[in-house]
Amino acid sequence: MSMTKEFPATEALASAAPHRSTATWQWVLLVLVGIAIAVLPVFLLESFRLFQLTMAVIMALAILGLNIVTGFNGQISLGHGAFYAVGAYTTAILMYHLEWSFWWTLPVSAVICATLGYGIGFPALRLGGLYLALTTFALAVAVPQLLKLNALEHWTGGVQGLFILKPEPPAGVALTPDQWMYLVALGISGVLFLLAWNLVRSRIGRALMATRDHPTAAEAMGMDTASLKTRAFAASALITGIAGSLSAAVVEFVAPDSFTIFVSITLFVGMVAGGVASILGSVFGGLFVLFVPNIAEAISKSAPGVIYGVILILFLFLLPDGFAGLLRRIAARIIRPHNGAS
Amino acid sequence: MDGLAHQIIAGIATGGIYASVALALVMIYQATHHVNFAQGEMATLSTYIALSFIGAGFPYWIAFFATIIVSFAIGVAVERLLMRPVQHAPVLTHVGVFIGLLLIIGNLTGWIFGYTTKPFPSPFESEGLLLGGLVSAHELGSTAVTLAVLALVYLFFRHTRLGLAMRAAAYNPASARLVGIRVGWMLALGWGLAAAIGAVAGMMVAPVVFLEPTMMLGILLYAFAGALLGGIDNPMGAVLGGFTVGVLENLAGAYVVGTELKLTVALIIIIGVLVVRPSGLFGRVVLSRV
Repeated sequence: MSMTKEFPATEALASAAPHRSTATWQWVLLVLVGIAIAVLPVFLLESFRLFQLTMAVIMALAILGLNIVTGFNGQISLGHGAFYAVGAYTTAILMYHLEWSFWWTLPVSAVICATLGYGIGFPALRLGGLYLALTTFALAVAVPQLLKLNALEHWTGGVQGLFILKPEPPAGVALTPDQWMYLVALGISGVLFLLAWNLVRSRIGRALMATRDHPTAAEAMGMDTASLKTRAFAASALITGIAGSLSAAVVEFVAPDSFTIFVSITLFVGMVAGGVASILGSVFGGLFVLFVPNIAEAISKSAPGVIYGVILILFLFLLPDGFAGLLRRIAARIIRPHNGAS
Repeated sequence: MDGLAHQIIAGIATGGIYASVALALVMIYQATHHVNFAQGEMATLSTYIALSFIGAGFPYWIAFFATIIVSFAIGVAVERLLMRPVQHAPVLTHVGVFIGLLLIIGNLTGWIFGYTTKPFPSPFESEGLLLGGLVSAHELGSTAVTLAVLALVYLFFRHTRLGLAMRAAAYNPASARLVGIRVGWMLALGWGLAAAIGAVAGMMVAPVVFLEPTMMLGILLYAFAGALLGGIDNPMGAVLGGFTVGVLENLAGAYVVGTELKLTVALIIIIGVLVVRPSGLFGRVVLSRV
């Protein structure tokens, strides 16, 4: 308070404008530093660690998809592993049977997953809360069975699955395929995160949240809640499907038993731990689901699943808004005294 | 025609198992308006406990009732420790706790008892088939046990003070509290009963499908399909729905889709019921006031 008294009023006003522009500069700097930190592992990590980090990026993207429909729109899905599987299989089948390049499979996978999500959005309209959760749970349980189906075996490879190769880096880029794939996953995820970030801050994003928080009021204000919900499902399935496509290319292998109910549960746990209805939370979620099981295995070799479940429940009890919420609260505590002093 | 008759009777026998689990789901739904995802895992754990009792040398029926009592206690403990603190939290939190429970109990079972498939004794041992070769003794016995459980549940809710209190607590918690019913304990009791019924279902199904930690996953979905088909708020409907799903599943498995798509049948029934007739065949149509 003593500082501002010494300045004349006009000077305080004048200082407001440059202050805002430094804030923009800070943002740009922050983004640049963020990109640098994200790209740095390419040069620092050995190939297995880099593979793990690539998978964490992909899981973050899949969790982002789940977050759109469950976090922001309030439709609880325990079956997003199904979209992840469809994305992965679309890419694998196109690359294996039709010998497409990886890049061209992405738009196809996006269209197929979005259509499927839109289709599932319709019965979902009639189900609230727990019913939707259980129905999508049933979907996720049925996925490996559907993939093993005899009639589709020619395309899906049945129980054996399909082997593909990850895309080679373009000529003249001095990177290994692993390093290149990390950058590809990072770039695609970055774009989709940016789009999602814009989406939830837009008119549609606010409508999605209004539909979640008070459907009746949202409808009374003229929002078409049914169309919003089905479109949210489509967008969400699209994002998770792209994550599935990326995972197929990174792992270079798809098989029914990689897409059990546990994938859907992992995505759900990641969303809760990272932060429900938080874009940044999805990033933490991706890191969480990839690295916490490893840590859990270090604590007890025999029961990582038990520790996983315990951590999930602890989060729900102690940190219901996840890592992102924790960070937000810490940030608020640091900033508030600062505001009070100036 | 013998084949068809056998499929239907075998369907009724497995349907009895689904009916018990469906009953457990409906019990919790009636008491708390929750659908417990971990019901199957809890039942599997109970079955392992029963196996431990039998392994320790107890006669089957003593082990059977001891398991029911232990399971009841586990159900009550879960409600008290895990569900009560998040009673007023959003549905998402409840789903999260159920998933957490599913992970903990499922993996704990595998951790303690191992992941190998184990045989489980049936109390209704007999060589050969009964009723002109159509049904095994175990099928007949487990159906009888299911019906007995249903009768007990019905009598408990209709003709005891405690049953009345539980219904009151579920129907109108505020008024129930005002007349002196301890609503919180009624919820815990509901969880206990559901766990006990699940334990019976687990012990009846284990001799058929063999005991392993993920034994109940498919059964939970069939049971859920049955509960929805009958109406999620109607115990009698749930039991009928469970039997119907058992028969449908067996017929579809034998004549239409083959065994590899049996779980998909459950998925189709679930979606079909929810889209065509969300209140089920015998459920009340709920009008919600906005």
